[in-house]
Amino acid sequence: MLELSSAEWTAVELSLRIALVATAWALPFGIAIGWLLARGKFWGKTVLDGLVHLPLVLPPVVTGYLLLMWFGRKGPIGAFLYDHFGVVFAFRWTGAALASGVMGFPLLVRPIRLALEAIDRRLEDAAATLGANPALVFFTVTLPLALPGIVAGVLLCFARALGEFGATITFVSNIPGETQTISAAIYTFLQIPDGDAAAGRLVVVAIVLSLAALIAAEWLGRRASARFHGE
Amino acid sequence: MIVLAVEVEKRLGALTLAARFQIAGGVTALFGPSGAGKTSLVNMIAGLLKPDRGCIVLDDTTLFDAAKAINVPPHRRQIGCVFQEGRLFPHLSVRQNLDYGRRMSGRPRNPTEFERIASLLGITHLLQRRPRMLSGGERQRVAIGRALLMQPRLLLLDEPLASLDAGHKGEILPYLMRLRDEAAIPMVYVSHIAGELRQIATSVVRLDEGRVLAVGGLELLAGAS
Repeated sequence: MLELSSAEWTAVELSLRIALVATAWALPFGIAIGWLLARGKFWGKTVLDGLVHLPLVLPPVVTGYLLLMWFGRKGPIGAFLYDHFGVVFAFRWTGAALASGVMGFPLLVRPIRLALEAIDRRLEDAAATLGANPALVFFTVTLPLALPGIVAGVLLCFARALGEFGATITFVSNIPGETQTISAAIYTFLQIPDGDAAAGRLVVVAIVLSLAALIAAEWLGRRASARFHGE
Repeated sequence: MIVLAVEVEKRLGALTLAARFQIAGGVTALFGPSGAGKTSLVNMIAGLLKPDRGCIVLDDTTLFDAAKAINVPPHRRQIGCVFQEGRLFPHLSVRQNLDYGRRMSGRPRNPTEFERIASLLGITHLLQRRPRMLSGGERQRVAIGRALLMQPRLLLLDEPLASLDAGHKGEILPYLMRLRDEAAIPMVYVSHIAGELRQIATSVVRLDEGRVLAVGGLELLAGAS
């Protein structure tokens, strides 16, 4: 039943690659920002919190437009990255990864922040008295204890990145083989007279991938909490 | 010989802690009612709480001196702590908990010492378990073992029996007495229960409302409940 054409396979493969790259790049920033929001005491914390959550409440088209202005070839950040690192976002799959990473970011940060806030700081004190310097405390106590939150954030971010449409299409358009993800391909197929069947197949793929992500989240979450509660 | 000299001041809300005392080897009791500032004092010695003024000297090392702006961070003080609630790491097994201090300071493994402490505390059969699977008494024994295995210069015990019922208290005290009689590690033992201290302490610092009322022997526990 599910015989995908090579164009459809390309969209699936591209979606997975974009979502994986987006999540992998977002993760270290997500942990850093989550930590700042959970532990930091600094002026402008509310502003940072607001900025992080902005993609969640803004129309995705607006986020895409802002990305285009800043990260396009002539945008201030885009031009800098191109001049110094040769990185191009505009109309490339890397741009799609940036857009979906930005859109998934608030979903990544929130569970990490909550997990960090829930950690018993006295365990970190105990680690310090046992000779662990602050970096070791972070990597041997804080991070492992926040693991369930990190796993939850990663999967939410991945799922969001996989399905991202509005910001991506605004920022990097809908180019087959470069920026045409599953969502964009479904949209495209629905625009052409006999594209229903192709769209239907991609819908099935989207459902399967989302379900797989959910099951993985459940399984990983259970494994992570078993480490604390089980034997 | 003086092991630890403390002379600190700290405002803690309504309480002003201003304590000055010195301790020699053996087990020194910090004795006083709740709110006397015992735990704050212990945290200052461990480096977890910064005094406003004063100094703390362990052997010949200045750990804290406000005037000279010296404040050695807790991970370099080499002071073992046993807290009221144990504070075992829930994501690590008992063995990993015991081994934590050695790993963090990068010392080589010492199986003989590990075995000696584990059997002294009667926890050899618990090594594979997670802290969740331990009784309160077992948890405190592991916490004591973890602090001992970091090879501390001083051991701070902050109400180590407070979270245990009477039966489990009786389970821990003999281990602590053995430790006192065997080990050369000086200990500071915080408690508000005179009966407990009579069994374990060799000298007493009596505190109330952030001040040292008296320093002396076990006779200071007399008349207290």
